Amino acid sequence: MTPSRLALAHISKSFPGVKANEDISLSVRPGEIHALLGENGAGKSTLVKIIYGVQQADEGAIQWDGSPVAIPSPKAARKLGIGMVFQHFSLFDAMSVIENIALGLDEAVDRDVLKARVAAILDSYSLPLDPERAVHTLSVGERQRIEIVRCLLQKPKLLIMDEPTSVLTPQEVERLFLTLRQIAMGGCAILYISHKLHEIKALCEAATILRGGKVVATCDPKVESTKRMAELMIGAELRQIERKPGGEAGAARLSVKALSLDGEPPFGTDLEAVTFEARAGEILGIAGVAGNGQSELLTALSGERLAGSANAIALDGRPIGREGAGPRRALGLACVPEERNGHAAVPDFSLADNAVLTARHRLPLAPLGVISRGDVARFATAVIQRFDVRTTGPAALARSLSGGNLQKFIMGREIGQTPSVLVVCQPTWGVDAGAAAAIRQELVDLAAKGSAVVVISQDLDELLELADRLCVINEGRLSAARDVATLGIDEIGLMMGGVHGADAPHGADAHA
Amino acid sequence: MTSAILVSILMTLVAASTPILLAALGELVVEKAGVLNLGVEGVMLTGAVAGFAVAYSTGSTGAGLVAALVAGVATAMVFAVLTLSLTANQVATGLALTIFGIGASSLIGAGFVGRTITRLGPAFPEALSGHPLLRAVLGHDIVVYLSLALVLAVSFFLNRTRPGLILRAVGENDASAHAIGYRVIAIRYAAITFGGALAGLAGAYFSLALTPMWADSLTAGRGWIALALVVFAAWRPARLLLGAYLFGAVMTAELQFKAAGVTVLPPEALAMAPYLATIAVLTMMSLGPKSGRANAPACLGKPFSAS
Repeated sequence: MTPSRLALAHISKSFPGVKANEDISLSVRPGEIHALLGENGAGKSTLVKIIYGVQQADEGAIQWDGSPVAIPSPKAARKLGIGMVFQHFSLFDAMSVIENIALGLDEAVDRDVLKARVAAILDSYSLPLDPERAVHTLSVGERQRIEIVRCLLQKPKLLIMDEPTSVLTPQEVERLFLTLRQIAMGGCAILYISHKLHEIKALCEAATILRGGKVVATCDPKVESTKRMAELMIGAELRQIERKPGGEAGAARLSVKALSLDGEPPFGTDLEAVTFEARAGEILGIAGVAGNGQSELLTALSGERLAGSANAIALDGRPIGREGAGPRRALGLACVPEERNGHAAVPDFSLADNAVLTARHRLPLAPLGVISRGDVARFATAVIQRFDVRTTGPAALARSLSGGNLQKFIMGREIGQTPSVLVVCQPTWGVDAGAAAAIRQELVDLAAKGSAVVVISQDLDELLELADRLCVINEGRLSAARDVATLGIDEIGLMMGGVHGADAPHGADAHA
Repeated sequence: MTSAILVSILMTLVAASTPILLAALGELVVEKAGVLNLGVEGVMLTGAVAGFAVAYSTGSTGAGLVAALVAGVATAMVFAVLTLSLTANQVATGLALTIFGIGASSLIGAGFVGRTITRLGPAFPEALSGHPLLRAVLGHDIVVYLSLALVLAVSFFLNRTRPGLILRAVGENDASAHAIGYRVIAIRYAAITFGGALAGLAGAYFSLALTPMWADSLTAGRGWIALALVVFAAWRPARLLLGAYLFGAVMTAELQFKAAGVTVLPPEALAMAPYLATIAVLTMMSLGPKSGRANAPACLGKPFSAS
């Protein structure tokens, strides 16, 4: 039997206060696609950083093709033949694809030589990508291909993919899996990091499951059940969303009519005649790949940017298109933007102060403009308790909370005001499965009480689980809403792909 | 006769444009690396006074130019240490640097007020530029030719070389550049050094070539025009050249009107012209299509710390 491409033995790594990795062993064979499965904070990223040389293990040994190695830096890792595609791409929006690829190389390569090598790789993996296009014009799937090509140029023996599908359309995911299988067929080992179980079942031959920094199980994902893997990963029974049956949607609470808005400079997407209705008691999902107008839509609804006419947006029949954010909140339209630190919350303010900022319009937290400290502390404490926010108390700074905990607090702050309409963007982005389930349950409960909830998300699984009706935003245009029950995932994927055409043949994508 | 007058106007125009072009070119490189140095005016003034002091003491304008270069780099380094190593706010630091430059140049220059030196002469012997048309091409001083060569060099560097690509990458997305493994801070230090050298030289051009006599604040806000010009040029060296000469033309027109005794407008209104033009240009740029601003370095003015 050939030696493992990569074998980790008893790896441990501590940070002040936490043991991120404890006694982790795993091995990957050449040509194997190996899943590394775990929740946020399970130690996946620390382990991967150790493999890629970003961090050093406190204890344990690494073997590469059967011989012990030290990996002191990412450069050393690349020299061994380890390539990595990070979840957050290291790309430069204003530059062309070929410039981005050149920047990802350790040595200078003549532009024409590089072009030829890139063309050869794109050809042999039949990847559609135009080397001269500027990155900001590309879809997320195409951007990811740049990162993959960067890795493939180094002829990797081990490719690490960190949550590669979190922002892709289903078609783009299929496309990626084809590419990954082809790369593995060539003898390259792949370490595939994810918490999406059905993907791991479809792609991987082996899985190592991490929880709390330790290996809790290794299994064959093709054989093991999804439910069992989920429970191993979470360490508890998976909570299902409870819905009260038979809730008929009521009257329209939020109606948006032919809302058009210029994109945010420099590379924003223009909204074009967006029209939809969110009805009492329903959750309306808005799917779409990032950068198709979601942030413009959210700022238009929140009142950060005003619509051209008052009638473009109506709340319970009342035109509010020309009202600012404050009056809209007072009337009962609450919004939670995607960016938590800096948009939804002020990082250097305490949780209590952050509560005042949006809740003062509907709750008597600052009568006559004077902040009532006691009421604010009570409200913030109530939110912390009800939403199980892990923090030291209302005086903690927003920036000191983890992303998931801050999100729970922000959602709690808005839901605690019982808004008539709640618009949320990426409600469970980067939130662990337990907390995500709790947030989703709160959204369902809010709708059940008669509010209208609009969820803008790139996570289709989430939308299919939550939404009653679904529409898709693509290049600033919104499709008509469809009942989720009657929609197939392929159909949504096609709607999401739109003219970006995840699988459109090279050069044939319409950019009208 | 008229051709001689035209050539003389042209010479004035070129001379008026050159320091703005130099300072703006340096600032363009700095901004392409993602740093906004509002202290250009201050750096120019320290360059101007250092150049004049050395030229006066040694009697050599060449030595004065070198001294201005060094003084410009030294002043810019104060900015670099504060904003890059200590991650101070770039706007506040830049403004402080300008005020510092005004004060320091005034202090150092106190003993030189009214003193004169030999003006920086043409680069080529008189024999070559006897004829007015030849003079228009060959009659300029060395700094003029240097500034034009630098436009080409900077354009080539930014668009055609790998170090230039890396510098743009750092200004475009410092976090990505850092993640790939580029030394963001070191690259920005290098860019600020270059910008400081050119601003210093630009300042010395005032005290050694334009008015070979020391006076307080003799750069008269041209550093601010250079800053505006970078935006006007949409961070493109070729457009920068065009813009600098356009501003030079406005300033020359002002002088010509004054000399000709045109009294339609009071002289103060004419003196305002270049600054009004700056405001007008910035307004037009901001109202213009998105594409004009798309070339702005995305990380301009944002502090970076690797963590």
